[in-house]
Amino acid sequence: MSTFEFDGAGIEFRPGQTIGAALVAAGQVSWRTTRVGGVRRGLFCGIGICFDCLVTVEGEPNQRACLVVAEPGLTVTTQEGTGHEHD
Amino acid sequence: MSTTDVLVVGAGPAGLACAATILEHSSLSVVVVDAGHGPGGQYWRQPAPAVGADALDPAELADLHHDRARFDALLHRLEQGRTDGRLQLRSQHHVWSAVPDMQGYAVHAVDRGRGPSHVPGSTTVARALVLATGAFDRALPFPGWDLPGVMTVGGLQALLKAGGVVAGRRVALGGTGPFLLPVAAGLARHGATVVGVYEANRPARWLREGRAVARNAGKLGEGAGYAAALLRHRVPVRAGRMVVAAHGADRVEAITLARLDRAGHPVPGSDQRVAVDAVGVGWGFSPQLDLAVTLGVDLTPDVAGTEVVAVDDAQRTSRPGVYAAGEVCGVGGAPLALTEGRLAAAAVVADLTDGRVPADVVSSARRVVTRQRAFATAILRAHPVPAGWADRLAPDTIVCRCEEVTLGAVRAAIDERGARDARQVKQLTRTGMGWCQGRVCGYAAALLSSGRPGPAVERLVAAPVPLGTLGALAEPTARPSRRTGISDDAM
Ligand SMILES: Cc1cc2nc3c(=O)[nH]c(=O)nc-3n(C[C@H](O)[C@@H](O)[C@H](O)COP(=O)(O)OP(=O)(O)OC[C@H]3O[C@@H](n4cnc5c(N)ncnc54)[C@H](O)[C@@H]3O)c2cc1C
Ligand code: FES
Repeated sequence: MSTFEFDGAGIEFRPGQTIGAALVAAGQVSWRTTRVGGVRRGLFCGIGICFDCLVTVEGEPNQRACLVVAEPGLTVTTQEGTGHEHD
Repeated sequence: MSTTDVLVVGAGPAGLACAATILEHSSLSVVVVDAGHGPGGQYWRQPAPAVGADALDPAELADLHHDRARFDALLHRLEQGRTDGRLQLRSQHHVWSAVPDMQGYAVHAVDRGRGPSHVPGSTTVARALVLATGAFDRALPFPGWDLPGVMTVGGLQALLKAGGVVAGRRVALGGTGPFLLPVAAGLARHGATVVGVYEANRPARWLREGRAVARNAGKLGEGAGYAAALLRHRVPVRAGRMVVAAHGADRVEAITLARLDRAGHPVPGSDQRVAVDAVGVGWGFSPQLDLAVTLGVDLTPDVAGTEVVAVDDAQRTSRPGVYAAGEVCGVGGAPLALTEGRLAAAAVVADLTDGRVPADVVSSARRVVTRQRAFATAILRAHPVPAGWADRLAPDTIVCRCEEVTLGAVRAAIDERGARDARQVKQLTRTGMGWCQGRVCGYAAALLSSGRPGPAVERLVAAPVPLGTLGALAEPTARPSRRTGISDDAM
């Protein structure tokens, strides 16, 4: 089974799925906290329009989980606020 | 930089049909650019191409596609075009700008198919530009709509069609429009318990649309098919109901439904709580106008007041060399989008070459478009946003999800500081200023401040562009390639 790493844990996925689809299939509905309220967010529009699903992939913040295709060995981490430590 | 005769933005039904028809009836070169992982658009959305024993096989999801054969025929035509060196399909390319150029139109895109840290840009100059950018779900705020697990109806569908994933075990669908039914049927077939489809409008509204219905009898059969599927899966479809709240701590755990009165207002005391772990809401679709607006093509309001690209009966926009087809011209479903794509192709071929698409093909396409546009208008009239959509919003309900602006702040801008449209609300509260540029909240902000959908918003950049990519574009390092239309656009 193909897996990528999400916050240190292994997420199994089926090649062809996006990171967002794989996370939802694994029972994970959120992977970001908002800048102001610090509340959790995951998929909303599912097609790249809303930017709610932002996640950090291979250290790059602000990637749309609904668009980025899952690949074995990717490192995915929850994004806090803007995803930039200095903000 | 590369050049081509025709550039089509969007590989959904409209863009694919347009490209295939041009290839068939001319010798023009065509580039199709699309943000998705492969061709198909929303209607024929597929998993990303993948290999391996555990890879998602599109065949597992074949039941979600009713006219796969048509899609395959279009792909076959495109493949032939590729073999002949006349067609390039650039998937995972997001067009962020299209501007007039000496030779036609310069289209700037970023390639998001090479990983998050390498996002190269490219520019293609085309003699003719076809906008087939489709539409996206229209959402309206309600208390709890920002909880994880609450999605748009189309989002649930995309997750299923492209990922093979049902978003929850107990799913509720709400909003309005015929699209709720196929999504519910697909989710039920793939293992979800669909606790209910809550359609805000009552079927009686359709009685006023007899003419359009009679001329589109096939659509009735389609609707009946979904109704039968829902019956089989024991999915209750309840009209005159609206999801007025979602509840939960870190994710959605329940929703509250209310019954709507004849005027479209939630009836006090009619609340009912239902346990769910996923919700899809959708109030129809908004056309994806970003490129059209910056190009300055004329727009026109549809019957519900939403602006769409104005086209003549050959899909020409007000700007010479720019054509539009599919839901960017108004929401109307995939068959209409396909037909408009063919019509746009006929116009392109007539305008750019000495040849033409056979007259009988064009006239029959035109008849189909007229008939199906009438049906699309009937759908809009039968499925309006209910007058009382905002009755149950609370002061702390989030309106703008990106900037986390509450209804209280929006109302203060309207009531105390005189904001009269979405633009003024934005200036005063940051509603619509975040990542999504108001694509999600703009409709609600317009309704709240002006009572109408409001004018289309100009967004100078239609898709995010990394600064480094912009910088590289400014340096004139790329040598113009020969005008073959099939040049490699690596920059
Ligand atoms: C999320 C969602 C799911 C849907 N699912 C279904 C369904 O299952 N069944 C159904 O009958 N209808 C569905 N619809 C309705 C849909 O709009 C169809 O009627 C049909 O796909 C419309 O065809 P189209 O060619 O006009 O546009 P689309 O199919 O929407 O195609 C437009 C294409 O343009 C691309 N695009 C837009 N802007 C850019 C840009 N700047 N750069 C690059 N590419 C761009 C998009 O990625 C998209 O692939 C769905 C709509 C949405 C929003
Ligand atoms: S879910 Fe909306 S952008 Fe990814």
